[in-house]
Amino acid sequence: MVVSRFDKEQILDILATIPDPEIPVVNILEMGMVKDVVIGDDGYEVIITPTYSGCPAVGMITADIRSTLEAKGVVPTTVRMVYDPAWTTDWMTDVAKKKLHDYGIAPPLHSSCNDEMLDNNTITCPRCGSERTHLLSRFGSTACKALYKCDACLEPFEYFKCH
Amino acid sequence: MTEQQALYKYSLRLGDNALILSARLSEWCSNAPFLEEDLAVTNMALDLIGRAQAMLKYAGEVDGNSKTEDDLAYRRGERDYYNNLIMELPNGDFAYTMVRQLFVSTFELFFYEELQKSTDATLAAIAAKTLKEVKYHHLHAKDWVIRLGDGTEESNRRVQQAVNQLWMYTGELFEMDGTDALLMKDGIAVNAEHLKMGWIQMVTQILALANIELPADGYMQSGSRMGIHTEHLGHILSEMQYLQRAYPDATW
Repeated sequence: MVVSRFDKEQILDILATIPDPEIPVVNILEMGMVKDVVIGDDGYEVIITPTYSGCPAVGMITADIRSTLEAKGVVPTTVRMVYDPAWTTDWMTDVAKKKLHDYGIAPPLHSSCNDEMLDNNTITCPRCGSERTHLLSRFGSTACKALYKCDACLEPFEYFKCH
Repeated sequence: MTEQQALYKYSLRLGDNALILSARLSEWCSNAPFLEEDLAVTNMALDLIGRAQAMLKYAGEVDGNSKTEDDLAYRRGERDYYNNLIMELPNGDFAYTMVRQLFVSTFELFFYEELQKSTDATLAAIAAKTLKEVKYHHLHAKDWVIRLGDGTEESNRRVQQAVNQLWMYTGELFEMDGTDALLMKDGIAVNAEHLKMGWIQMVTQILALANIELPADGYMQSGSRMGIHTEHLGHILSEMQYLQRAYPDATW
């Protein structure tokens, strides 16, 4: 039996130090990937949900959670993945969206629940702020992003897709 | 057949469809017409791998013989695979791959919309997740089929040829057997036959925009529900499973 020396708040604070492996400027809490922390009699359980079902970063995130908590003495820890409810960009915090923008990635506009808005949006260039942009490719370097180009400053940039 | 066996087979079937189509799409990696499309097909393949992983993991749990998703992917012969034949057909040209993508993703739009209401909580959760991704795949395939069909004489001819050749593999998507019947009683499985009308309507509408004629309904290929496949599946598996067959339990 584990004598619980850590409360949920403390564990969440530790988890907030773990960056998203693909977009290191935001952490896994800001991305909305951590669903819950359960403190049980025989250990700690962190419940996460993947952004995309094939997201290759999930393995690394799981390993990072375990090693980071372990280093702080939060043991034993298990990580469980759940699919329900399905992750949505609506769970990204405003802070995370601002960080994405400052990093050069246009943040998601809204939820993908709004099907008509799935595509053909006006995406603002994160570099110069112009709305004169066009879609280069619906799919980008990671599952969560699309490629755009700004017609004002001519720079290509990534857009975090609504999901 | 018990409900447990039926659920095992149903999850395998859904996992196999995703796994085999993913393998086919991956073959375009570095071979697509241009860079952006290379990213697109491999992104879709990645979504499908994720779905296959979730479905096969669940199949292993239902089966209860401590088989992992990797055991199920790498250690089954083709007669134990239940993916629809359309998934395993060679890619053909780019038009052919996009027409298949259109047929399959349109079916999946309807299918996963229903499966997310399944009384089986795991299938429902995977379905809700999948549906979001499928909408994006469908949008992409639809745009390409319209663009190519409504493009040059050459691109129109190739799309029409792909539609004609693939049509006989679409009937199987809506087939049902004892597995489906058993699971439908408890609201676990989707009634695929009910999806056919919506599918035909949507596909007809898109093909009309692409100036493509709908083929006449004729002979439909069948067999995958019984593990009977085209010659192509064996070739996919021999490549995919080589390492685990040659070096069982290899890890790195």
